[in-house]
Order: sequence, then C-alpha cells, then structure tokens
Amino acid sequence: MTEPASTALDLSGAAESGPATTVAELPGRRWWRHRPRRWRRRPSGWHLVLIPASLLMVVPLLFMLGTSLSTREETRRFPPGVPGALHWSNFSQAWTESPFGRWLLNSAIVSVTCVVTNLVLCSLAGYAFARLRFPGSRLAFGAILATLMVPFQVLMIPTLLIIKYLGIVNSLPALIVPNLVTPFGIYLLRQFFLTLPVELEEAALIDGASRFRILRSVLLPLMGPPLSTVGVLTFLTVWNEFLWPLVVTSSSDVMTVQIGLATFQSAHFTDWPVLMAATLMSQIPVMLLFLAGQRYFVSSIANTGIK
Amino acid sequence: MSSAGGVGERGSRAARSRVPRRTILPGRTPPGQGRAGQDQARQDQAEAPARRRRSGRPGRRGPVRRGLGDGLVGWAMISPSVLLIGLFGLVPVVWSFVLSFQHNDLQTPATSAGFANYRDLVHDEVFLAAVRRTLLYTAVFVPVTLLLSLLAAAALNRRIRGMSVYRLAFFIPVVTSTVATGVVFTWLLDPAYGLVNTVLAKAGLPTSGFFASPHAALFSVVAMTVWGWVGFGTLIYLAGLQGVPGDVIEAAQIDGCSKAGAFWRIQVPLLKPVTGFLTVWLTINALQLFDEVYVTTRGGPLNATNVVVYYLYKQAFELFHAGYAAAMATVLFLIIALVTWAQTRLARDASTGGRS
Repeated sequence: MTEPASTALDLSGAAESGPATTVAELPGRRWWRHRPRRWRRRPSGWHLVLIPASLLMVVPLLFMLGTSLSTREETRRFPPGVPGALHWSNFSQAWTESPFGRWLLNSAIVSVTCVVTNLVLCSLAGYAFARLRFPGSRLAFGAILATLMVPFQVLMIPTLLIIKYLGIVNSLPALIVPNLVTPFGIYLLRQFFLTLPVELEEAALIDGASRFRILRSVLLPLMGPPLSTVGVLTFLTVWNEFLWPLVVTSSSDVMTVQIGLATFQSAHFTDWPVLMAATLMSQIPVMLLFLAGQRYFVSSIANTGIK
Repeated sequence: MSSAGGVGERGSRAARSRVPRRTILPGRTPPGQGRAGQDQARQDQAEAPARRRRSGRPGRRGPVRRGLGDGLVGWAMISPSVLLIGLFGLVPVVWSFVLSFQHNDLQTPATSAGFANYRDLVHDEVFLAAVRRTLLYTAVFVPVTLLLSLLAAAALNRRIRGMSVYRLAFFIPVVTSTVATGVVFTWLLDPAYGLVNTVLAKAGLPTSGFFASPHAALFSVVAMTVWGWVGFGTLIYLAGLQGVPGDVIEAAQIDGCSKAGAFWRIQVPLLKPVTGFLTVWLTINALQLFDEVYVTTRGGPLNATNVVVYYLYKQAFELFHAGYAAAMATVLFLIIALVTWAQTRLARDASTGGRS
C-alpha cells in the first residue's frame, strides 16, 4: 500500500513546518526572514478566497442545523435565515417517532466494543509482528496485509453466510464480530513499535518480565498517540459504516443509527425539519469526538486513507 | 554526511559501476555498524544464534529469549487477530470466488452453475451499463476531487489568522457519515424547496431536477461525493506540501519565478507521488460507490445512477441471486486491481521518465 508522505499534521497549524524558519537557519539568507513576518501582520488577501470557499463547504451542515430548528413553513421561505424561534420540538419528535435512542445506543455499543477490542488485539499483534521472530510470523503478517487489498463487496456475501452459520444474523454481535480487529490497526501499531528503541524493553526482559508484562508496564505509557489514532479510526469507521449493517440487520431494535436514519428518511420523506434533526443527532457523537481529538482524526485519515 | 576522504572514492565507484550513488552508501558502512542501525525486521533469523555463540552473551539487539518461547508468545499474541482476519478477510475471498460458480439464494444449499453466472454477466445490458456508468462517475469524480483538493491545500498551506477555522470547515465533511451526507444533499437539492434551486431561481438561472432528473442525477451524486471527499484530498495534499522543502521555492523565486509559477512548476511536480496515491485511493473508492446512491436515488431515476455496487447489492439481497452477485464482485475486484496496477505503473513510469 502506498502511504501518504507525512504523518505529523494537525489542524491547529502547530505542526506546520514554516518555510521561514528553515530559511532562517541557512547562513547568508537571513534577510528573507522579514517577508513572512510582514505577511503575518497585514490581513492576507487569501481570506478573500478562503472565506467563500469555507462557507461553501459548511453550507450543507449549516443548512441542516437551520432546518432542524425551523417549522415546515419556515423551510419554504426565502432567503433561509435563522429561524424566528428555535423549534427544538423537531428533535423530540424525531426521538419519539422512532426508536432513535435505541439506534444511538446500538451504534455506541457496537463502536465502543470494537474500539476496545481493536486497541487490545492490534497492540498485541502489532507488538508480536514488530518484536518477535517466530515461525509463520512473516506469512501471517503478509496475509493480513493482503486482506487490505480486497474490496468489501467481495467479502460481503460470504461473511453474511458465515454470520448466518454462526446463528447471529440480525443481532448486535453480527455487527461487532467482523470489526473486532482491523488489519490497518495492526499495521499502524507495528510501525509504531518499530520506531521504539529496543533498549526500552531490554532491562525488563533481563529482569525476567514476560512480553505481556513489558507491553503493559513499559510500553503502554508510551502508546497514547498511536492508540488514540487507532481508536479514533475504528470509532469513525464503525459509527459511519453503512453497507454491512444494512445487509445484516433487518429489525429496528438492532439497527445502528446510520441504518435507522436511512429508514427514518423513507418514512418521513418530506418532513425536512424532523429529518434534519435526526441527521444532526446521528452525527453529534462523531462531531464531538472530532472537535475533541482533531489531531488524531487527521493523523488517522492521513495515515490510512480511510474516511 | 560522510567524511571528505570518502567523497572521491564514492564518486569514482559510482562512475565506474553506473549505479546511483545512493545504492552504494549502505555497502560502504562496516557490516556490524550498519546492521545496528537497520530495521530489526531485516535481520536474518539464521544469523542470530551464530552471533550469540560468538559473543557469548545474548545479542544486543535481539530479544533475550528466542526460539520456542518466542514462538509460543508470538502466536499467543497474534492468534486472535489471525483467526478473526482469516475468518472475515481471507475465507470470504475464496468463498466468494467459489460462489461465483454457483447458484445461491442465501437460503437453500447452493447448486453448481459452471460459468453460467459469468456468461449471463457478459450479456446483461443493465450490468454493462452499470459498469460504463461507474467508469463515467469515476472519470469525473477523481479529477475534480484531485484539482479541488490541490487548490484547497495550496490555499490552506499558509500562516494566516483563522487558518484553523478554515481547515475545520474543509475537514468536517470528511467525518460526516455517507448517510447524513446523502440525506442533507437530498434536501439541499430538492427540486421544489431545496436551497440550491431556490437560489438558482432567484438569480434567474435555470433550475434542475437534480436527483430526480435522469440527466442530472449522476452529476448530482458527483457533486455530493466531491463535497465529502475534498477534505480528505486536501488533508493528504497538505501533508505533502508541508514536506516540500521551503528553500526550493525560495530558490525559484530568487531566480525570478512568480509565486504561482513556483507552485505549478515546482510544488505540483514534487507532489507527484501524493497525487499518484490519491488517484489510486479515490479511484478505488469511486468504483465502490454505494452508500450515497442508496440514500439519495436508489439507482434511479430510470437507472441513471445504477452503479455496479448498487446493482450488486440489489441482485444479492433483493433478488437473492447471490452467485450472480459474487460473479459481479469478482469482476469488480479485477477492475479495481487492474486500475490500481495501471495507475501505479503509470506513476512509476512518469516519475522515472522525468528523471532520466
């Protein structure tokens, strides 16, 4: 798999490698330094480009927010603005007219379970693939990487047959089991362990600590960033997953919020305010997590290409 | 950097053997020293016991206990993952291939079909049209997303006030689920009351049926998916742009290159590997388009948005022709593999061709 070049990037701009500092370090070119500084003081002309472009990107989401707080009559008015009074009733209506709470709970159960199992299983496997040499390890790692190439549509039908055979079709376990561990997570953590110096573990090894003990006591404190990346990636993928839950669930009480939303849409096809309220609710957990952990989202997306 | 004494020798060796200088450098370092700095995975397994015997103590780099103990611990650590990925990642690939030679309705036991599924596929006009439509969608979606991502990354790659807000605006669509995107765009592009048509009408421009119009539906899907993916492309390009050394651009500007010229002639060519990766990745995802179509148009109107995966889904889970759908999946897999192979090949040829 091709990997995007850089890993360190965050939205706050803190990780930006400023050309100014690089140039300033070069002897004989110090006079270049004044240019970026002057730019920073004057309002940049780029705002004229960036403000409309950013607005264009957020219009769909603002429109969703606006509609979710309007009455049906207000949505037919032009220009669409901030509604006169905020109609929170759309949210309660969406909540009561459908098992929305149940759907959100299902999504939460499935996502959180998968995050936890991924963190544990990917750490273990990533560590073993990075540090231990044993018969079959290369073959196993190669096989795991090979599965990354396969589109899900190929796996979908046999996976459904396997789930049927296991007798867990149309249940929460059916949504969880195929996502218990992701090859990308194993790969990411293996790469992380390879960057750590072996010396960290040697003292503990000589003192007779087991590999599991080392992983838990010596390495776990260092694994914050990669684990956050894997966690965020898993949460995002599982929460937003659509095709698999669509295939494997049929009754309302085991649906995830994405499938629920799609069903809700067919039932309330023109009731836009309520529909937008429901859509907004389905996105709140991911949005909150995104705002809280932007840098992990960014690094997980930049590292894996999963959206 | 190596010492001054090494430079002449390296130069002469490079000239004699006509291999790039880079490949000689590792060979010049003393073997032991070089190995210590290398990736541990490259260590030869057979070499380790010999080294241990020689030094009389456990290898400095290697784990203290090797052999049987490591094997047990290693397999204990990987077996849950291997079993799960084997069961849900490898077994289904083989099974799907087998299924494509069977008739299967997902309920009763499968019966052998020989090549019938593939034969039907070749004569299935709906499928062939779906393939053409998917390729058309990909051919529009990928370049548009690439170009917009590149421009957005160029605009976002500077230090001005409020940059984090701008970046947030571009990245929020990336985490928005495909279903939410579909529902919101259905409303935005609603023919009667949607925002876009209202604005178009007020501005005196022709309105459109968007998802309801057989001519506009596929392009409405393109617009919607571009919105969802542009932040992703921007992110990757931004990471690439930040890897471009600033002094290269400074040098070009000293030589009288305009800022736009430096961008198109220096930064964009330097980003070729990033563009290559993005092209492959966007293409793979475009060929698998499903969610947005399911939520907005369900393949309609008049099959105008009936793409391969949507047709596959319908055949497998609405008409219960699972064997037929598996044959389709095999074809999709082949198309994806072929496109990926061709694009990586093209990118490699272009990059080596440019250098020599």
